[in-house]
Amino acid sequence: MSRSAGSSRAALVLRHLLLVLAAIIVLFPFLWIGAAAFKTQISLLMGQILFQPVLMNFEAVLTARSSDYVRNFANSLTVGLLSTALVLVVATLAAYSLNRMRWPRWVGHSMLGWAVVFHMVPPITLAGAWYSMFRPLGLDNSYLGLVLAHTTLNLPMALWMMSVFVNDVPEELLEAARIDGARTPRILWSVIVPLVAPGLAAAGVLAFIFSWNEFAVALTLTQRETATVPVAIGKYAQENTIAYTEMAAAAMLSIVPAVVLLLVAQRFIVRGLTNGAVK
Amino acid sequence: MASETSMAPDSAAVPVRAAPPGERGWRALTLAPALVVFIGLTLLPMLNLLALSFHDVAWAERTATWSFVGLAHFRALPGDSLFRAGIVNTLVFAIVAVLLQMVLGFGLALLTSAVVRGKVVYRTIFLLPILIPGIVIGAIWKLMYSFDFGVINTITGLFGFGPQDWLGQGHLALASVIVVDVWHWTPFCFLLLLAGLESLPQDAYEAAAIDGANGWQRLVHITLPLMIPTLVVTFVFRMILAFKVFDEIYLLTGGGPGTATEVISFSIYRRFFTEDRAGYGSAMSIVTFFGIALLIILITSFLRRRETGR
Repeated sequence: MSRSAGSSRAALVLRHLLLVLAAIIVLFPFLWIGAAAFKTQISLLMGQILFQPVLMNFEAVLTARSSDYVRNFANSLTVGLLSTALVLVVATLAAYSLNRMRWPRWVGHSMLGWAVVFHMVPPITLAGAWYSMFRPLGLDNSYLGLVLAHTTLNLPMALWMMSVFVNDVPEELLEAARIDGARTPRILWSVIVPLVAPGLAAAGVLAFIFSWNEFAVALTLTQRETATVPVAIGKYAQENTIAYTEMAAAAMLSIVPAVVLLLVAQRFIVRGLTNGAVK
Repeated sequence: MASETSMAPDSAAVPVRAAPPGERGWRALTLAPALVVFIGLTLLPMLNLLALSFHDVAWAERTATWSFVGLAHFRALPGDSLFRAGIVNTLVFAIVAVLLQMVLGFGLALLTSAVVRGKVVYRTIFLLPILIPGIVIGAIWKLMYSFDFGVINTITGLFGFGPQDWLGQGHLALASVIVVDVWHWTPFCFLLLLAGLESLPQDAYEAAAIDGANGWQRLVHITLPLMIPTLVVTFVFRMILAFKVFDEIYLLTGGGPGTATEVISFSIYRRFFTEDRAGYGSAMSIVTFFGIALLIILITSFLRRRETGR
């Protein structure tokens, strides 16, 4: 930092050059696939750089009778929102209970320990377990089954994150509320929830994104009526003649929620993703 | 319940309150939903999976007929070439991809931490790949790798190389998949390591500047040692995710050509669902579950010991 101005300016320019190069590498695939989504199949196959943009791929994905994409989108939203709401409620209650209600130490340790182990293993190992459990219950190919599965997959992350935030609530505030005669439900609603709101936002945004993106479990637990967006995109690649440009359009549409969340909730995403890695 | 009262002296620093009657009920009630999820949706299915792994299962409508086969599935596992290829490829994939991501991500984080203007813009751009579905990343790269019209061949063509079938040739497929994963997850390493760099204490750097340490010396003697905990956590987080890889492989190669890109999650999917061999697939899942849990616990404790040993 105490280097001569000339060399540090050159270093700064070099830094920016390298970072811009990295940014181009990150963005290029999106630009290319975005362009492909507006091309005709022929234009894509010919590798045209300058082309007449067409909307037919988006029309085919969104309005064609053979396409379920709108349905898939609605399914993903339903499952994402329901599982996020559920995981936040379950995780916040458990975080409060484990951290603030004097359980014997082994209770908290075994729950968090199991959550960590469970978080390590590939979801596909559980997909089989869920499938063979849900099928006799009629929960395969239902929203409920997938909502429960995504809630379970996101619970370790949410429980971990909410524990950090619940632990940050000053004991004096809880004590004051108790002296005023507040019972657990009132303390939770009027003291804990407002104070851990940033944690709820961070865990909620991530839980929704993970649910939206989740593929392996959705693939095994859904059929045509309940399929989510990733399952639909997986299907495109399986057909004999792949409709490349339609696949590109479907892919572009599927990243809209992530881009919106990135622009409006980046703070919470960064906080959520770096939580636990940096003390 | 005795252990409950014995907890009290432990937290004597905080003024101890007498739990009002009914609070104990709330304590159980608030933990109950999480317990239900953990027991009902992880523990029971795992036990079910364990039971399945000793059986052959035939489905008729919604009822399954189980027939006991003992340890036959577990005995068959070591000879299963798909499973073996899955293990080897998963290890190669995870180690190579994660090491590349760590190096590139740390480099980017070092570059970004020193710039003031544009930091948020860079971070926003680098976050994007982390947030979009893995299957979509597979779709994007499948099109880019295409032999007929893919942009990768256009770019390599500019440098005078002939077109390649990147995903269709045994010796290239795994490397091509690793490239996609590096593109996908380097930003994650970048994000965590940048947060680590930004939380480093500044006084060490000021002292080094007074002593006249140059940039390289500061990096090796101050930044690296201070960053080791964050580097370890990032590495472990990434290894966990790398062992789970499924989506990109499903779309890019489907494990092929042959078993060139077969990874463990994909082998399980094939055996359990595609071939509908729930019993055998369960045995595979059980072995994988415990194998990966054990491996990650070993890696973590090894790195922790190294870290505290310094």
